Amino acid sequence: MIGPLRRLRMGVAKSLKPSYDVVIIGGGSHGLATAYELSKLGVKNVAVLDRSYLGSGASTRNTAIIRSNYRTAQGVAFYDESVKLYERMSVELGLNVLFSQHGHLTLAHTELAIAGLRVRAETNQLLGVDSRVIFHDEIRRIAPALDLSSRPRFPIQAALFHPPGGIIRHDAVVWGYARRAQERGVDLHPYTDVTGIDVVEGRVTGVQTSRGPVRAGIVVNATAGWASTIAQMVGLRLPIVTHPLQALVTEPLKPFLDPVLVSATLHVYVNQTDRGELVIGAEIDPYASYSMRSTLPFLETSASHALELLPAIAGVKVLRQWAGICDMTPDYSPIMGITPVGGFLVDVGWGTYGFKAAPVSGKRMAELIATGRVPDLIAPFALERFYTDSLIGEKAAAAVSH
Amino acid sequence: MSFLLSCPLCGPRDVYEFRFGGEAQARPTPGADQRSWGEYLYMRTNVSGVERAWWFHRAGCRRWFQAERDTRTNTVIRTGWAPLGGNLPSGNSSGSDG
Repeated sequence: MIGPLRRLRMGVAKSLKPSYDVVIIGGGSHGLATAYELSKLGVKNVAVLDRSYLGSGASTRNTAIIRSNYRTAQGVAFYDESVKLYERMSVELGLNVLFSQHGHLTLAHTELAIAGLRVRAETNQLLGVDSRVIFHDEIRRIAPALDLSSRPRFPIQAALFHPPGGIIRHDAVVWGYARRAQERGVDLHPYTDVTGIDVVEGRVTGVQTSRGPVRAGIVVNATAGWASTIAQMVGLRLPIVTHPLQALVTEPLKPFLDPVLVSATLHVYVNQTDRGELVIGAEIDPYASYSMRSTLPFLETSASHALELLPAIAGVKVLRQWAGICDMTPDYSPIMGITPVGGFLVDVGWGTYGFKAAPVSGKRMAELIATGRVPDLIAPFALERFYTDSLIGEKAAAAVSH
Repeated sequence: MSFLLSCPLCGPRDVYEFRFGGEAQARPTPGADQRSWGEYLYMRTNVSGVERAWWFHRAGCRRWFQAERDTRTNTVIRTGWAPLGGNLPSGNSSGSDG
């Protein structure tokens, strides 16, 4: 696995061309997927810029969970295509991305939560996504380690079972897209900080970088965490507030947990990796910040909440904890497509759900760039929706912050 | 990073006692058009730098106040009752480091 990474790092010395057809800001899973898909559509004069190494941001800080059991029709259709693309990714990219579809359980601890899961199950089934509400007998069979007794403060009552859900090797997704995009002629420029974007008469004409200016007809903002700061370079405000999100990983244990566990009531999600470690994530930190420092309150609350679900992990040691930053939107749906600035496209607002949408975002953003038409699948996620009261409320299915 | 925030009434407390209320911004006039209200409701500067924001002392005096804080480091510059007077430090936009 280190091989492809080394080769990409060597790519740093490559000089910036004075002009590209498309400049993509952000060398994460979204930016690289967009570049790869563009090359497949014949758009080859493409550069991907990142201020650090490729995949240094949210792409490799997330908890690598893939699923499509969302709440709205627009969301379900969109994430369903993403899951299908992830299923074929190892073959498509010629690199094993270790996608393990072990299933996904969203736990309900209250009557109200069960009602919410039923809405999701019905919407999912109507759109052909495998998803249903199950109770103790089935939950016990799928995840015997879960405490289903009445001992916890919030006993588990039911769960939304989503068999195609699972986890993946997120670094491999980034490397796979990067390697194939580079082979197809895309220029990857890590350690290239965008310091400004040139706009002439309402149209982008290029970007200023730490390595010099580059002309470009189309500039794509594919950043996560810095979407607002990039948009500000063209004078655009976005409906985004950036919050830190933290996660931790424990020492490796024998395999005992197949599905991904999620509890909105306890603000926690847990999965066991192929190496046996438990990856535990939480809700976003309760205040806006660009700081990626870890906190003790996160460690304390996440550990205690994970213990409520899995009492057997008492005494298991935490190896490390880390943080990333998330661009939260008011409706927990992304912002994709055109903006009032000509040639400036956005693929932003990915909150806590960006990684699972990388393949479909890349495919559809590339389609938009190549054809000039907004694909139906991403049309509902336009920036304009915030001015026309057409929000796509996914909070009940996208977050554990409620 | 977790940090302390100084409530104008109660003094310095753990940030988890407070509710973050979003960046302070000017409210449109009642007769403003829908676009202005959309802008006010949803669009944010979301600055990487010093931000003036609303906070609510949920676990204390339950009063709203404002704080100026560097969002890159969570360093609190000052807190007080709204509206905080004076200008924010310049050069905010250049800071995009996390």
